[in-house]
Amino acid sequence: MFLTSHDWWVFAFRWLHIISGIMWIGHLWYFNFVQSPSMPKIPDEQKPAITKFIAPAALFWFRWGAMSTIVTGLILAALSGYVGSAIALGIGAHNPHDTAIGIGMWLGAIMWFNVWFIIWPNQKKVLGIVDATADEKKKAARLAGLTSRVNTLLSIPMLYCMAAASHYAFTS
Amino acid sequence: MKNPLDSLGQTVFLGFVLTLIVHYVIRAISA
Repeated sequence: MFLTSHDWWVFAFRWLHIISGIMWIGHLWYFNFVQSPSMPKIPDEQKPAITKFIAPAALFWFRWGAMSTIVTGLILAALSGYVGSAIALGIGAHNPHDTAIGIGMWLGAIMWFNVWFIIWPNQKKVLGIVDATADEKKKAARLAGLTSRVNTLLSIPMLYCMAAASHYAFTS
Repeated sequence: MKNPLDSLGQTVFLGFVLTLIVHYVIRAISA
Protein backbone atom coordinates (compact mmCIF):
# COMPACT_ATOMS: atom_id res chain seq x y z
CA MET A 1 0.00 0.00 0.00
CA PHE A 2 1.69 3.17 -1.18
CA LEU A 3 0.20 5.36 1.57
CA THR A 4 2.40 3.67 4.17
CA SER A 5 5.59 4.33 2.22
CA HIS A 6 7.99 7.10 3.27
CA ASP A 7 8.81 7.75 -0.39
CA TRP A 8 5.16 8.50 -1.10
CA TRP A 9 4.90 11.12 1.63
CA VAL A 10 8.16 12.80 0.56
CA PHE A 11 6.81 12.92 -2.98
CA ALA A 12 3.30 14.01 -1.89
CA PHE A 13 4.69 16.99 0.02
CA ARG A 14 7.00 17.86 -2.92
CA TRP A 15 3.93 17.81 -5.20
CA LEU A 16 1.88 19.97 -2.81
CA HIS A 17 4.89 22.30 -2.39
CA ILE A 18 5.13 22.82 -6.17
CA ILE A 19 1.35 23.39 -6.50
CA SER A 20 1.45 25.92 -3.65
CA GLY A 21 4.55 27.61 -5.06
CA ILE A 22 2.91 28.09 -8.44
CA MET A 23 -0.18 29.53 -6.73
CA TRP A 24 2.09 32.00 -4.87
CA ILE A 25 4.66 32.99 -7.49
CA GLY A 26 2.04 32.91 -10.26
CA HIS A 27 0.11 35.63 -8.44
CA LEU A 28 3.32 37.53 -7.60
CA TRP A 29 4.20 37.65 -11.28
CA TYR A 30 0.58 38.53 -12.19
CA PHE A 31 0.81 41.57 -9.87
CA ASN A 32 4.21 42.66 -11.24
CA PHE A 33 3.94 41.72 -14.92
CA VAL A 34 0.23 42.38 -15.53
CA GLN A 35 -1.77 44.25 -12.89
CA SER A 36 0.63 47.02 -11.78
CA PRO A 37 1.77 48.02 -15.30
CA SER A 38 -1.88 48.01 -16.48
CA MET A 39 -3.32 50.19 -13.71
CA PRO A 40 -2.20 53.56 -15.19
CA LYS A 41 -3.83 52.59 -18.52
CA ILE A 42 -7.24 51.76 -17.01
CA PRO A 43 -9.82 54.60 -17.04
CA ASP A 44 -10.58 55.82 -13.50
CA GLU A 45 -14.21 54.70 -13.56
CA GLN A 46 -13.10 51.13 -14.36
CA LYS A 47 -10.33 50.94 -11.73
CA PRO A 48 -12.68 49.69 -8.97
CA ALA A 49 -13.06 46.41 -10.90
CA ILE A 50 -9.41 45.79 -10.01
CA THR A 51 -9.22 47.36 -6.56
CA LYS A 52 -12.60 46.10 -5.25
CA PHE A 53 -12.81 42.66 -6.83
CA ILE A 54 -9.75 41.28 -8.63
CA ALA A 55 -6.92 42.49 -6.35
CA PRO A 56 -8.55 41.27 -3.09
CA ALA A 57 -9.19 37.81 -4.60
CA ALA A 58 -5.68 37.64 -6.08
CA LEU A 59 -4.17 38.73 -2.73
CA PHE A 60 -6.11 35.97 -0.93
CA TRP A 61 -4.66 33.19 -3.09
CA PHE A 62 -1.25 34.97 -3.11
CA ARG A 63 -0.77 35.13 0.64
CA TRP A 64 -2.26 31.70 1.43
CA GLY A 65 -0.23 30.24 -1.43
CA ALA A 66 2.85 31.69 0.30
CA MET A 67 1.80 30.13 3.62
CA SER A 68 1.12 26.73 2.09
CA THR A 69 4.44 26.84 0.19
CA ILE A 70 6.56 27.44 3.29
CA VAL A 71 4.67 24.88 5.42
CA THR A 72 4.83 22.10 2.80
CA GLY A 73 8.45 23.04 2.01
CA LEU A 74 9.57 22.72 5.63
CA ILE A 75 7.73 19.39 5.99
CA LEU A 76 9.35 18.19 2.75
CA ALA A 77 12.82 19.18 3.96
CA ALA A 78 12.22 17.53 7.34
CA LEU A 79 10.92 14.29 5.79
CA SER A 80 13.91 14.31 3.44
CA GLY A 81 16.32 14.62 6.36
CA TYR A 82 18.15 17.80 5.34
CA VAL A 83 16.21 20.58 7.06
CA GLY A 84 18.91 21.33 9.66
CA SER A 85 21.83 21.18 7.26
CA ALA A 86 19.95 23.31 4.71
CA ILE A 87 19.06 26.00 7.25
CA ALA A 88 22.78 26.07 8.14
CA LEU A 89 23.45 26.48 4.36
CA GLY A 90 25.34 23.19 4.30
CA ILE A 91 28.37 25.02 5.71
CA GLY A 92 31.05 22.45 6.52
CA ALA A 93 29.06 19.67 4.88
CA HIS A 94 30.64 20.10 1.42
CA ASN A 95 27.23 19.25 0.05
CA PRO A 96 26.10 21.43 -2.89
CA HIS A 97 22.53 20.14 -2.57
CA ASP A 98 22.12 21.33 1.02
CA THR A 99 23.82 24.67 0.27
CA ALA A 100 21.67 25.29 -2.82
CA ILE A 101 18.38 24.24 -1.23
CA GLY A 102 19.34 26.11 1.95
CA ILE A 103 19.93 29.42 0.14
CA GLY A 104 16.66 28.79 -1.74
CA MET A 105 14.85 28.19 1.56
CA TRP A 106 16.22 31.38 3.09
CA LEU A 107 15.27 33.42 0.00
CA GLY A 108 11.79 31.85 0.12
CA ALA A 109 11.50 32.55 3.86
CA ILE A 110 12.43 36.22 3.33
CA MET A 111 9.79 36.40 0.57
CA TRP A 112 7.17 34.74 2.83
CA PHE A 113 7.98 37.30 5.57
CA ASN A 114 7.62 40.13 3.04
CA VAL A 115 4.20 38.84 1.97
CA TRP A 116 2.72 38.44 5.43
CA PHE A 117 4.38 41.28 7.33
CA ILE A 118 4.90 44.02 4.72
CA ILE A 119 2.85 43.52 1.55
CA TRP A 120 -0.43 42.29 3.07
CA PRO A 121 -0.64 44.76 6.01
CA ASN A 122 0.06 47.65 3.60
CA GLN A 123 -2.33 46.36 0.93
CA LYS A 124 -5.08 46.25 3.58
CA LYS A 125 -4.63 50.03 3.95
CA VAL A 126 -4.51 50.59 0.17
CA LEU A 127 -7.68 48.56 -0.47
CA GLY A 128 -9.58 50.12 2.45
CA ILE A 129 -9.82 46.88 4.45
CA VAL A 130 -8.36 48.86 7.38
CA ASP A 131 -8.79 52.59 7.87
CA ALA A 132 -6.01 54.88 6.61
CA THR A 133 -5.65 58.52 5.59
CA ALA A 134 -4.94 59.39 1.96
CA ASP A 135 -1.30 60.07 2.86
CA GLU A 136 -0.99 56.74 4.70
CA LYS A 137 -2.55 54.96 1.72
CA LYS A 138 -0.02 56.54 -0.64
CA LYS A 139 2.92 55.50 1.55
CA ALA A 140 1.46 52.01 2.01
CA ALA A 141 1.02 51.56 -1.76
CA ARG A 142 4.64 52.59 -2.36
CA LEU A 143 6.02 50.22 0.30
CA ALA A 144 3.82 47.30 -0.79
CA GLY A 145 4.76 47.87 -4.44
CA LEU A 146 8.51 48.06 -3.79
CA THR A 147 8.41 44.97 -1.56
CA SER A 148 6.50 43.11 -4.26
CA ARG A 149 9.27 44.09 -6.69
CA VAL A 150 11.90 42.85 -4.22
CA ASN A 151 10.09 39.50 -4.11
CA THR A 152 9.98 39.37 -7.94
CA LEU A 153 13.76 39.98 -7.96
CA LEU A 154 14.37 37.30 -5.29
CA SER A 155 12.08 34.78 -7.01
CA ILE A 156 14.63 34.38 -9.85
CA PRO A 157 17.61 33.15 -7.74
CA MET A 158 15.18 31.37 -5.37
CA LEU A 159 13.83 29.21 -8.22
CA TYR A 160 17.39 28.66 -9.48
CA CYS A 161 18.33 27.26 -6.06
CA MET A 162 15.20 25.11 -5.78
CA ALA A 163 15.71 23.53 -9.21
CA ALA A 164 19.52 23.40 -9.17
CA ALA A 165 19.67 21.61 -5.82
CA SER A 166 18.27 18.46 -7.42
CA HIS A 167 18.89 18.97 -11.12
CA TYR A 168 22.28 20.66 -11.48
CA ALA A 169 25.45 18.96 -10.25
CA PHE A 170 27.61 22.10 -9.74
CA THR A 171 30.55 20.09 -11.07
CA SER A 172 31.68 22.39 -13.87
CA MET B 1 17.70 59.02 -8.09
CA LYS B 2 15.10 56.69 -9.51
CA ASN B 3 14.74 53.34 -7.76
CA PRO B 4 15.73 50.54 -10.19
CA LEU B 5 12.88 48.46 -8.73
CA ASP B 6 10.42 50.91 -10.29
CA SER B 7 11.35 49.34 -13.61
CA LEU B 8 10.15 45.77 -14.16
CA GLY B 9 12.89 45.20 -16.75
CA GLN B 10 15.64 46.32 -14.36
CA THR B 11 14.14 44.18 -11.59
CA VAL B 12 14.31 41.07 -13.77
CA PHE B 13 17.84 41.97 -14.93
CA LEU B 14 18.99 42.38 -11.31
CA GLY B 15 17.34 39.02 -10.54
CA PHE B 16 19.57 37.32 -13.10
CA VAL B 17 22.66 39.17 -11.81
CA LEU B 18 21.83 38.05 -8.26
CA THR B 19 21.38 34.49 -9.54
CA LEU B 20 24.92 34.53 -10.97
CA ILE B 21 26.25 35.70 -7.60
CA VAL B 22 24.21 33.01 -5.78
CA HIS B 23 25.61 30.37 -8.15
CA TYR B 24 29.19 31.21 -7.18
CA VAL B 25 28.27 31.49 -3.48
CA ILE B 26 26.86 27.94 -3.61
CA ARG B 27 30.02 26.67 -5.29
CA ALA B 28 32.27 28.49 -2.80
CA ILE B 29 30.42 27.24 0.29
CA SER B 30 30.11 23.66 -0.91
CA ALA B 31 33.63 23.28 -2.37
